[in-house]
Amino acid sequence: MNPRRIISLVKKDLKKTHREPAVLFLLIIFPIVLTIVFGFAFGGIGDGGTTSFDVGLLNLDATSPQADWSMAFVNNLTDSEVFVVYAYDDNATGQSALLQGNLDAFIVIPEGFGDSIASYYGSPIDPSSWTNTTIGLYVDSGSMMAVSAVPPLVQQVLMKTVFGSDAMTLNLPIEISSPALVKSSTFSQWDFMAPGIFAFASIFLTMIVAQSMTYERDEGLLKRLRTTPVSSAEYMVSQTLTYMIIASVQVALVLASSFAIGYRPATGPAGIAFTFVIALAFSLVAVGFGLIAASISKSAEVSTGVSFAFIMPQMFFGTFMPLGGATEVIAKFMPSKYLTDTVTTLFLRGAPITTPVIWTNLAIVSILGVLLVAVGIVLFEKFGSR
Amino acid sequence: MSESAITITNLTKRFNGITAVDNLSLEIGWGELFGILGPNGAGKSTTVNILNTLLEPTEGSATLDGHDVVFDPEHVRKVIGVCPQEPAFYPHLTGRENITLMGDMHLVPKDVLESRVSSMVERIGMETDIDRLAKEYSGGMIRRVSMLMALVNDPKIALLDEPTVAMDPKSRRAVWDYIRELRMQGKAIILTTHYMEEAQELCDRVAIIDEGKLIALGSPTDLMETHQSKNLEEVFLKLTGKKLREET
Repeated sequence: MNPRRIISLVKKDLKKTHREPAVLFLLIIFPIVLTIVFGFAFGGIGDGGTTSFDVGLLNLDATSPQADWSMAFVNNLTDSEVFVVYAYDDNATGQSALLQGNLDAFIVIPEGFGDSIASYYGSPIDPSSWTNTTIGLYVDSGSMMAVSAVPPLVQQVLMKTVFGSDAMTLNLPIEISSPALVKSSTFSQWDFMAPGIFAFASIFLTMIVAQSMTYERDEGLLKRLRTTPVSSAEYMVSQTLTYMIIASVQVALVLASSFAIGYRPATGPAGIAFTFVIALAFSLVAVGFGLIAASISKSAEVSTGVSFAFIMPQMFFGTFMPLGGATEVIAKFMPSKYLTDTVTTLFLRGAPITTPVIWTNLAIVSILGVLLVAVGIVLFEKFGSR
Repeated sequence: MSESAITITNLTKRFNGITAVDNLSLEIGWGELFGILGPNGAGKSTTVNILNTLLEPTEGSATLDGHDVVFDPEHVRKVIGVCPQEPAFYPHLTGRENITLMGDMHLVPKDVLESRVSSMVERIGMETDIDRLAKEYSGGMIRRVSMLMALVNDPKIALLDEPTVAMDPKSRRAVWDYIRELRMQGKAIILTTHYMEEAQELCDRVAIIDEGKLIALGSPTDLMETHQSKNLEEVFLKLTGKKLREET
């Protein structure tokens, strides 16, 4: 494999990105426009408004001997300043308020909540001796922001209640996916959507890869290259590198645009660097899907349509679209979901990069990316290149 | 360097039972400009595509510079320059960038490449347009750039498949002069064409093929004398009973 050939092919493809208006728009301008428009539309630009969630609360454990735990949980909910807590005396009234849109969420602290935590502290390493309970959490399905934000925030408050502020203890038998409590009390919808924009922008790489490969095939360019000493491996590496570079540029542009309109992610340079890394891994996924789309498309025009078969599910189930119920299950099969999850964990929850879940996500996206590129290359060599 | 530049032995290519090239045997020497003539569908491009390693023969063999196209395609690709029938180029690159890209694929040393591209461009009269995007080129300009893309690696063997189609007479003459110059450098050149005057003007020998079969082989002058014809078009008509092409 010769680096000069690869670099030359990468340059050739990068020139296309800024010389072809359609490609320039889709890969570079679109992410910027999307970020700015959504940022304005959903409150990214310093409106200073405090976004909080109206949460109904029914405490069924208020009179138990271990009531201190439920009281602490309620206090932590209130202290977070993200929630405005309204106490309810019965389930029916709370559910009714939720259905009528008066609440963003309704939380039911079950009987035995305090006993459950006490049982954990009685024997932290023996799960069989714990008393299990479940907090009832009902979220307004009509509120995209509530659906995406309330469950993780409640989870964080619960973690703080059980473990205190320094909840990151590796030896605990309970996994803490987002140990840091969100400190900001001024969330806008944009804060919840911003992480999804990173995946949203990169998803469209699939279409460009598919169009580019089918165009080069249809116009005889691949054949022409095959009469030169360049190998298939060099060509495929150049394609992959090109789109990894473009994905990095997209992340940088989305970040810069977000910063420009006042967005400040709750992470530092390490978190931002991690975002670049997982975006690079995700670009492999896009290249893989693009190759597969090119393999089964008879022309560049057809490849656009075929690409959407890969783009749309990822867009709806893996970016900033609201999820719930069955869509949560479907989302687990979408690589973009893991990118969005990671950026959410870093940018919204402010989790450190030592958080296991983001490394798990990186591993999932990387493995999927490599597999999809491998499958794409095999399919394209067999069915798509002639 | 092998004794003959190109050796084709009993070459046959079938596509789904249809024979495109039928038991073709040819020997082409260094410094020879060899024309393959025939109507559309005669098997000219299929032959060239076997020689340039894009297709594998069904039967028979072909060697270029002593290397078999099936067993040693990597070496073959190093010594050939291919100008395809349909000019394949990157429209978003300039003419110069298209040519340089091909030079990079052949790992032509950077300093050599730059000066070579400039002199080739000058030679073919495209100095003023070479730094424009290729998508802005006329058909004739694209053909000329496509030919330079084929020749930028200074190949020992040039495979030129209808290189002057859609060119104006002046450009065609410039290309002819250039092809003659390549022959003078000792390169072996295969030129497929259905322009009879082009073959008569340029080629040392021509092979006339029809329906994949070789029906005549010799220098244009010999063929015209043997078949008592004024030109190669007439030779073809006498041999096959049909015109080589409907329109020029």
